[in-house]
Amino acid sequence: MAKVFIYPATSLILSDLVARFGHTPLSAAIQIRERIQTPGLDSPPLQITPEEPKKGLKYAAVEVPSGVRGRMSLYGPMIEEAEAAIIINDADYAFGCMGCARTNELIKFLVRSSDIPVLDLNYPKNEEEGEEFVAAIHAFLKRLEESR
Amino acid sequence: MTEYKPLYVGTVTKYVFVESPDMTPGDLAIRAYEISQGVMIKETCFGLQITGKEEDVNAVIRVLRELDPTHIFVKDRGFPPGDPRRCRANLGGARPGYYGHEFELSLIRNVSRGLDSLASRDPEKVPNPPSPESGVALDTRKLKKIIESMEG
Repeated sequence: MAKVFIYPATSLILSDLVARFGHTPLSAAIQIRERIQTPGLDSPPLQITPEEPKKGLKYAAVEVPSGVRGRMSLYGPMIEEAEAAIIINDADYAFGCMGCARTNELIKFLVRSSDIPVLDLNYPKNEEEGEEFVAAIHAFLKRLEESR
Repeated sequence: MTEYKPLYVGTVTKYVFVESPDMTPGDLAIRAYEISQGVMIKETCFGLQITGKEEDVNAVIRVLRELDPTHIFVKDRGFPPGDPRRCRANLGGARPGYYGHEFELSLIRNVSRGLDSLASRDPEKVPNPPSPESGVALDTRKLKKIIESMEG
């Protein structure tokens, strides 16, 4: 069972397919849950404390906005932990403020520069594309299993 | 700053989405209540949210998936249901994250089709998925022809 980073990290489709084919999806929910369930000082809404941008310094320079560094403290450890990644490139809903947009760019850069297999996809717009989409993810994860 | 005391420590919450011609979220909820032992179930318009110990939640989901394997989809959720920081009852408007689900659910029938056809697919056939490279831009000469044909 490999740990597979998914982008968008909140994707229902990727999260389900990776788990369905017997692997562990690394999604944003796991990191959020960890923070939500840890006692400490109240820091709403996501329990992102001033410590997180400091942890994010590992992935982005100090002059990078704290919003990017805070987000990277969630995603960075998952990218380090990942054994493979699946990226959907036309996820328009992942667009947000500059913090989200720059974090998204940095996530893709880090994934591509780390030495792990990456599957690049777009969303399936019709049933034929859906068949190929699912088959590609299935084949990718199967190869991953065989190479372990 | 005030002290933060988390609720539902040690639990997981998972979304169960159903997008099926044979099953409604209501049907799914009834079946989930039948087999839920100690897990908390919240009904939603798209399916369920199940909260409890990880092994209990996974056991319920394993049974639910069997009802319609290619039309039931599951993902993790960070917040427990009804959390005032996320629940739309407190915030108004759609829950943050809903738009992502709404978008993906509009495409999920294509994924269901893919899952349906996977078993009968030739294993030697190389997949040709939609990818950033597969998008072909419209050639300017072709565009010119289209314009001319419309003018004519």
